Amino acid sequence: MMPDLGKYAFPVLGSYAASIVLVAAVILLSLWRGARVRRALAEAEARAAKAPE
Amino acid sequence: MSIWEYANPKRFMDTTARLLPWLTVFAALCLSVGLVWGFFLTPDDYKQGSTVRIIYLHVPAAMMAINAWVMMLVASLIWLIRRHHVSALAARAAAPVGLTFTLIALITGALWGQPMWGTWWAWDPRLTSFLILFLFYLGYIALWQAIEDADAAADLTSVLCMVGSVFALLSRYAVNFWNQGLHQGASLSLDKEENVSDVFWQPLVICIAGFILLFVVLVLLRTRTEIRARRLQALLMRERMA
Repeated sequence: MMPDLGKYAFPVLGSYAASIVLVAAVILLSLWRGARVRRALAEAEARAAKAPE
Repeated sequence: MSIWEYANPKRFMDTTARLLPWLTVFAALCLSVGLVWGFFLTPDDYKQGSTVRIIYLHVPAAMMAINAWVMMLVASLIWLIRRHHVSALAARAAAPVGLTFTLIALITGALWGQPMWGTWWAWDPRLTSFLILFLFYLGYIALWQAIEDADAAADLTSVLCMVGSVFALLSRYAVNFWNQGLHQGASLSLDKEENVSDVFWQPLVICIAGFILLFVVLVLLRTRTEIRARRLQALLMRERMA
């Protein structure tokens, strides 16, 4: 059940909303870059394995 | 076994692959329990009213903003002294996470300050040093991006990190140095008079644990990415030379 935040609803809910958005952004960006680099590395390693010595 | 064995990228990748799932679960658990407890199950403060609920975000974020910089300082010193690449990459990986926590602390502080102090912002010693720390984070990230040679970038960012540490420490202790500021003293203290009431303290400690674990998870995850990116760079360089 939602607590009664009274006249301070904006600062309290605004703080939680801003924090959730920022934390979600840094998590998603970290995962996205991680997946992109992992994929690129796998491709480069596959090319290196095929290349003649 | 020595801690320096983890400076070996292979060893680091193997160990963190095993640790990350557990740390992620603990981080999610601590954050969920701490924030739900703090937001839904604690009463209003007699002075601050319902804005006291901002403490569960502001205090852990501010603590981690400073501690992230301290971690970067230690990693930078290890790089400068022992030339372990993993430590330089860990410092680089921590910067965007520290920047996020600094921004959360600044935004939640402004949102709390408006109804409590009657202003979004004041050029108070702690607030000002925190803003400068935020700018140092931006500068640190930009410097890493701007220099192509990874070792030179690690050297220069390490020096910048040492300079920025002055403001990281100032933002922690500014309240003790200057008394004219608006910002109150530490919320968590061994002094019973100064410490927040138990009813707020218990969920706050769980939130702090959650933020610490979240920081560790993100830094490990991002360091793994940086290690892979370094290997990718080496392979691409070899392709170009062939």
